[in-house]
Amino acid sequence: MRGGRPDTLMAVTHGKLTRSTRLSLGAIPFVLLIAAYAVGSHLRRLENPADKLLPPFGKMADAFWEMATVPDKRSGDLLLWSDTALSLGRLGVGIAVAALIAVSLGVLIGFVPRVRASLAPFVAAISLIPPITILPILFIIFGLGELSKVMLIVLGTAPIMTRSLAQAVIDIPREQIIKAETLGAGPWQLVQRVVLPQIWPKLVTAMRLGLVPAWIFLISAEAIASTGGLGYRIFLVRRYLAMDIIIPYVLWITLLAYTLDRLLHAFSRRAFRWAHLEGDSL
Amino acid sequence: MSFVAVRDVAVSYDETPILERINLDIDEGAFVTVVGASGCGKSTFLRLLLSQESATRGTITLAGEPIPDRPTPDRGIVFQRYSVFPHLTVTENLILPLELARSRHFGRLFGARRKALCTEVDDILVRIGLAHASDRYPAQLSGGMQQRLAIAQALLMKPKLLLLDEPFGALDPGIRRDMHELLLALWEEIGMTVLMVTHDIAEAFKLGTRLIVFDKVRHDPDAPTAYGATITYDLPLRRPSAQRTDIATASVEAADALDQTISLLTNENRKGAPQ
Repeated sequence: MRGGRPDTLMAVTHGKLTRSTRLSLGAIPFVLLIAAYAVGSHLRRLENPADKLLPPFGKMADAFWEMATVPDKRSGDLLLWSDTALSLGRLGVGIAVAALIAVSLGVLIGFVPRVRASLAPFVAAISLIPPITILPILFIIFGLGELSKVMLIVLGTAPIMTRSLAQAVIDIPREQIIKAETLGAGPWQLVQRVVLPQIWPKLVTAMRLGLVPAWIFLISAEAIASTGGLGYRIFLVRRYLAMDIIIPYVLWITLLAYTLDRLLHAFSRRAFRWAHLEGDSL
Repeated sequence: MSFVAVRDVAVSYDETPILERINLDIDEGAFVTVVGASGCGKSTFLRLLLSQESATRGTITLAGEPIPDRPTPDRGIVFQRYSVFPHLTVTENLILPLELARSRHFGRLFGARRKALCTEVDDILVRIGLAHASDRYPAQLSGGMQQRLAIAQALLMKPKLLLLDEPFGALDPGIRRDMHELLLALWEEIGMTVLMVTHDIAEAFKLGTRLIVFDKVRHDPDAPTAYGATITYDLPLRRPSAQRTDIATASVEAADALDQTISLLTNENRKGAPQ
């Protein structure tokens, strides 16, 4: 079979996968990880039935169910839901404020050369401050309340979002601006009809990328000074080595982050269909 | 006073002359085609007429008035690429100039007034053969369809002067021929003045009533950038519209001969392979 081998090789690099093949290939790493955990958990409990480090799936499910459905003795809250609401609220306000700053500054920097000359180096410098290092300053200035946590998210994400939006404005081909001017557009109309509509999808992308560090800042701020929230909870129960709560919480946070990302992506595809016509998008 | 008058115009970038001693008068209703080797400044000249760039020296007047220092609706433009707005559908691209004119603050109309505009451009859509594609975005159109849209959009403002910067450079030959027909028909119908920059000499002969060649007349082999380009040929092309097709065919043949002559004259051979 002289012709057989190249064909097989070609199939490896060029073959089209059916949906079911793709899904099952994608599931393999997950299944392997879960299996490895199950084996590890089983082996540890063979040695010590009271092992807390790798609790069995059933125990984690029970603990998680309890957090979700049994009111807390002290506060009477369903802790999972109150933690989730608190954290998502902080995250949402933080990202929304950062988006507002990013759009207004981004358009000004990208579209007005004078503003670009005066603000671009400043934003570039600010964006390089490791946000966690200013958390103590935020706590001192804004106290230990909600404001300092939201500010950490804003300061941690707004500068990079601003830079990427300013770049998106700069990337609008000069020809389009000229063309719009020959169609009678003034500066304000240019911003509204040519610039802003074209950066909305970039804003969604910037928010999706900003959410990654935003989660880190949220959990950090909650871990250090808070009385509720997903980050507060996992750092609280850490004292009791409560892996049966920590691991489901980590999975829950991951699921929330993933869902938010997918929702934003789906929103962009629906609202800005023109931006998703060419090429693949993640 | 001629319609477009260019007087002793020169352009240099950081002391490097690009264009020098440009003098040109264009009559109203003329179709001027501009050719020349790459880098000879023909696109720079078009950008001067558009006010996208300004001359280092000299004056340009349009209908007796000095041209404004910003691009304005009295001069329409079609570029080779990026001429239509990717975030607007075909219809939205066409009503944009009307919206800009009627809504000074937002540049956008809503509801019944917007609907009225959409009906207003229906005829244009049919005329440029995009009626079936009115809800598509530019990314969903072929290159030829995009350029038809770009031309129609530019003409909506009824510009005194239509500027075309290699508008058909990226199109297939067959499509290009259709575009020529459309453009000539519109030009004859509206009677506007056109200035078109092109790489394609046959196209320049076929479409123009006047052909202009840009080239460097002075050349210093030790300092190739020492001198700018200027107008070296200015050929009136007689082309009564009734005989257009015959003459167009004849001039395509003539163009091949001239093509070779011009490329000799413009040193394209010396520089190596032309584009």
